[in-house]
Amino acid sequence: MTDEKMSRRDFLLYAMGGWAAVGVGGVLYAMYKTWEPLPEVKAQATVSFDLSTVQPGEFKVISWRGKPVFVLRRTPDMVQCKDRSVKDEYTVVMGICTHLGCIPNWEADKKIWHCPCHGGEYDACGKNIFGPPPRPLDVPPFKIEGTTIVLGEEGSEYKQMKEKGLTT
Amino acid sequence: MKFIDWLDERLAVRELVKVMLTEYYVPKNINFLWSFGVLVMLVFAILVVSGIFLLMYYKPDAHLAFDSVNKTIMMDVEYGWLFRHTHAVAASIMFLVLYIHMARGIYYGSFKPPREIVWITGYILFVLMSATAFTGYLLPWGQMSYWAAQTITTLFEKIPFIGPDLVVWIRGNYIVEDATLTRFFALHVVFLPLLLIVFTAIHLYAVRIVGSNNEDGERYTKEEKKHGKGIPFWPVFMAKEFFVMSVFLIFFFYLVFYQYKFAMDPINFQPADYLQTPMHIYPEWYFLAFYEVLRGFFFSQNLGLIAFVLSMFIAAFLPWLDKSPIVSGKHRPIYKVLFWIFIADFVFLTILGKLPPTGLYAWLGFVGSLIYFAFFLALPIVSKIEKKKVAGGR
Repeated sequence: MTDEKMSRRDFLLYAMGGWAAVGVGGVLYAMYKTWEPLPEVKAQATVSFDLSTVQPGEFKVISWRGKPVFVLRRTPDMVQCKDRSVKDEYTVVMGICTHLGCIPNWEADKKIWHCPCHGGEYDACGKNIFGPPPRPLDVPPFKIEGTTIVLGEEGSEYKQMKEKGLTT
Repeated sequence: MKFIDWLDERLAVRELVKVMLTEYYVPKNINFLWSFGVLVMLVFAILVVSGIFLLMYYKPDAHLAFDSVNKTIMMDVEYGWLFRHTHAVAASIMFLVLYIHMARGIYYGSFKPPREIVWITGYILFVLMSATAFTGYLLPWGQMSYWAAQTITTLFEKIPFIGPDLVVWIRGNYIVEDATLTRFFALHVVFLPLLLIVFTAIHLYAVRIVGSNNEDGERYTKEEKKHGKGIPFWPVFMAKEFFVMSVFLIFFFYLVFYQYKFAMDPINFQPADYLQTPMHIYPEWYFLAFYEVLRGFFFSQNLGLIAFVLSMFIAAFLPWLDKSPIVSGKHRPIYKVLFWIFIADFVFLTILGKLPPTGLYAWLGFVGSLIYFAFFLALPIVSKIEKKKVAGGR
């Protein structure tokens, strides 16, 4: 247990120090876990939405994880975007400005999203076309099941988009 | 008299009073700018007292917070409005007083040897005070409260690897929500004030050891200050300090009773709505300069963020950026000019921070941000020039 170089007193000191370190580690871990989201919050991780309820040209906002998700059913007179559509003529993007997290407003006459905070603009595909936003509106993780979209799960369409680097 | 003896035997109060007050000497060659330390303490005391009374009716809950402030405290509680306005105005004025206190330190070289610890603890106090202001700002749960917290916590997303997870961890939710409010409440009411008191104690202890600086940056021994070069902190220095405090309080309560609106953002009288961003989000005036540095590098968000963090912390490194042997700005012609450019730039950035960041303003913000950093980066060069001057003999 103790070698010749270590006196009984040293051993006790190290043992106490080690045990105290374990205790401190445990306390810090508990504190860290205390700040994690509650189970009820984590449970709202996925949301389903029926895309067919949106009329052509109509814009809807749904709530997912407390954040707004924009659903836009584009009409032929809007910008076309093959790559960033979750399905046919549907644009589904996070309604959060990629600049500083404000919520852009849909301006139906100009067919753009305009962010009120610092003047950023996005086209109907969610691409940043003006102002400080550094990238297009993010596409949330989604899965397509017929006409229903499930937010919060990564389906095959989302994975393909992600590989091409189009989700952010 | 008997009681004092009894106490002295047990607590050595006479020795304590000597060390802290009657035999602690302040140099004579100081001006009214040296009053601001005591004023910071005064405002802190006002904040603590008014805060405790607000606490008696405030409800830290996302559903109840807004009404507990804007209805219960403001309309129902007798003199509740007085405590709220006092707390809001004191929070704002705290930063005015702090900035003057810090600028005094920068101009007269109060960060130079042997006062580095005074400067560092002071800077930690400034950061803690900023954190206290930020966490407290969320508590009324109005629109500005909410979106200020939302945007500032979003900044953490940019930290490599852990960013997105860290933001969720800080908020306790995917967005700023009830969990965020309750933890900010805990930080604002207990944790940060406690740290502030601890660091204030260290700050004052450090000042007792090295003594106050003075206009000429001269070094005096305790004996020199005792015999002609200084005055006792108590009662001589504090006597004038009470006068300064009285004048300050007249100004302060004039603001509380007649001009309190400057500390109350109208947008914050709308309850928080996480699906609706206000047209313009801006921090309170005392963070505008740093906010403008964040926006100043408008062509690169990452640069802006790095600059923002740097701008908040760079002044802490003054003792190592400025190695000049001359202490006081009074005897440093080049430094004097740079100092006033820096102050003017800080005011300039503050004004710009309130203006929309478009066209010319964006460029002005960029230039202003560069000037801000230029001051600190020029200091090593100025130090070199002054070292030569001193070595060459004046």
